[in-house]
Amino acid sequence: MSAAGPAAELSIETTGLTKRFGQQMAVDGVDLAVPKGAVFGFLGPNGSGKTTTIRLLLGLATATGGSMRVLGEEMPGKLNDVLPRVGALVEGPAFYPFLSGAANLRRMDAADPYGSGATRRARVHSALERVGLTHAADKLVRAYSLGMKQRLGIANALLAPRELLVLDEPTNGLDPQGTREVRSLVRSLAADGATVFVSSHLLAEVEQICTHAAIMSAGRLVAQGTLAELRGAGQARIRVLTPDPGTAAQVLAGLGLTATLGTDGRTPGGAGSGAAGSGTDAALFASLPGAPAPAGAPAAREDGGSSRSVERAAVQPEAVVAALVAAGVRVRGFATEQASLEDRFVALTGEGFDVVQ
Amino acid sequence: MSSNSSSAGDPAAGPSVAPAPGHSEAAAGAGGDSGAGAAPVRRGSLTGDLLASELGVLFRRRRTWAMLCALAAIPILIAVAVRVSSAVPAGRGPAFLDRIAQNGLFVGVTAMVVSVPLFLPLTVGVVAGDTIAGEAGQGTLRYLLVAPAGRIRLLIVKYAGAAVFVIVAPLVVALTGAGIGAALFPVGPVTLLSGDTIGTGEAMVRLLLIAAYLAVSLLGLSAIGLFISTLTDVPVGAMAATVVLSVVAQVLDALPQLEWLHPWLFSHYWLDFGDLLRQPVSWDSFTANALLQGGYVAVFGALAYGRFITKDVLS
Repeated sequence: MSAAGPAAELSIETTGLTKRFGQQMAVDGVDLAVPKGAVFGFLGPNGSGKTTTIRLLLGLATATGGSMRVLGEEMPGKLNDVLPRVGALVEGPAFYPFLSGAANLRRMDAADPYGSGATRRARVHSALERVGLTHAADKLVRAYSLGMKQRLGIANALLAPRELLVLDEPTNGLDPQGTREVRSLVRSLAADGATVFVSSHLLAEVEQICTHAAIMSAGRLVAQGTLAELRGAGQARIRVLTPDPGTAAQVLAGLGLTATLGTDGRTPGGAGSGAAGSGTDAALFASLPGAPAPAGAPAAREDGGSSRSVERAAVQPEAVVAALVAAGVRVRGFATEQASLEDRFVALTGEGFDVVQ
Repeated sequence: MSSNSSSAGDPAAGPSVAPAPGHSEAAAGAGGDSGAGAAPVRRGSLTGDLLASELGVLFRRRRTWAMLCALAAIPILIAVAVRVSSAVPAGRGPAFLDRIAQNGLFVGVTAMVVSVPLFLPLTVGVVAGDTIAGEAGQGTLRYLLVAPAGRIRLLIVKYAGAAVFVIVAPLVVALTGAGIGAALFPVGPVTLLSGDTIGTGEAMVRLLLIAAYLAVSLLGLSAIGLFISTLTDVPVGAMAATVVLSVVAQVLDALPQLEWLHPWLFSHYWLDFGDLLRQPVSWDSFTANALLQGGYVAVFGALAYGRFITKDVLS
């Protein structure tokens, strides 16, 4: 992939990683490549093998097959050299309810053979500060809210300077403010040079903070790459809001675009069904081959689009509007949209509750 | 348990591990003037901090204190019962009960006799059964292992924590007994089983010796509890199984048909501390007991190691 450097530059690298529980393949031949310094979104529906993969990476479970390297070291052979350099939040926070937040962190730090006792209190304090929990440091964890426990879990991952952070659903249970704080925390960690591996099923979250992503489905890795690559950069589409869908569709067809009729939502619905009356607006969608990514989308180092535009001439959005207006179509709204990660995600993992199990 | 430590990753395997990513320098930057500049990357003791933390967690739990208080209540109940009732006829009730009214120090001895069959194994079963399963059920096991505590190191620390409890529990019974006995009854020279008489100071030493004997007696049960604890993520199950085993062992020990089995039962010597009340002290049962408990620790320690080192931590 374009952003991945040589093998030595990968923070996590797995080859054919497999974990079988009885008959069920929880993780099936996964080849992960997480570049150093990336914010890597690890996506997948519930039960797709994300957490099991993380458990394998952290040496909590033994792989049935395949090999992995974390921070350049063979795992699980070098487990105890690697893990002190890794901060982790695995499948939700877990703490001793009868200890205070700070006491819990001190306990976890004592378990780290490299966690110096001399600096323990200072490091615990700064970790709590970083997640905004200083006020609750001496409160028993029993009295913590879910969001506070989640923050404490993140603080636990930040007890020492880490080269790699593995955060499994870090914003689970957080309110919008907390979610924003976690996002900015992840960005600041990445800015410090750490690789951040974030597992999530919240696509919007991943889209906002990640540079790279991988998508799991039923234990398999179905897609991996930079966010732009995954979205299919260059495949922008237009959305026309008009009471004259029939004429508009003809005009679009004349420009070489295939229009689909949506309802009023953002997703294209069944084309042609339910003729729109002259008073109500219908939304038409058409993908725009070779169009430049709309402003606001992340600048993608994607050059796949240019090869596509060779075969089909690029249609500029403004040309579409001009053609529509010239044909007398009452254009009430026009927008270019980037294909979202969600579209790709759903395409790869299935719709609704029919996700591949 | 430590003979095989080279194979699976244990940070405690080599005392002089190569330069490691110390957290000290960077933390000194974060924490200001914490003076960590000269701190060695590797701390002096391999398990010291973790063991201190383990004991802190164990003895900061209300449950631990509740169990110790319950144990302390046994001698208090005995002493009060003897005090308010008329003289106990000789030969009735638990051993040494009839001596309490003459010498308060016997409250401690009697309370230990009473607590050996059930109360002590009960508390030890709770602590030993909770060691790994408790962390697993709570979810903290995965964080300890990711820290990384190291599986062997964690297992050793967990057993050491249980062993400390095993030392403390009989001591609580003995000392509370001596205390309440001294408060309610006269204390004086003690007549031993061999007929000799020793002074109060010497009697206290004997009392502590019995507590030590019980501590050794319970080490085997702790190892069994540790092993059972590695089998499950449900701490209550491990605790119950450990306690049930201690009862089963005592029942088997009482069946004359199984006499061939008796010397191999971990509970076989539990009540044989009368030898410590002779002059001179007869160490035979102490030695036999220690050897037997050592065997149990070795076997079940190895089983716990074999199980825990390969266990998939999915809790």
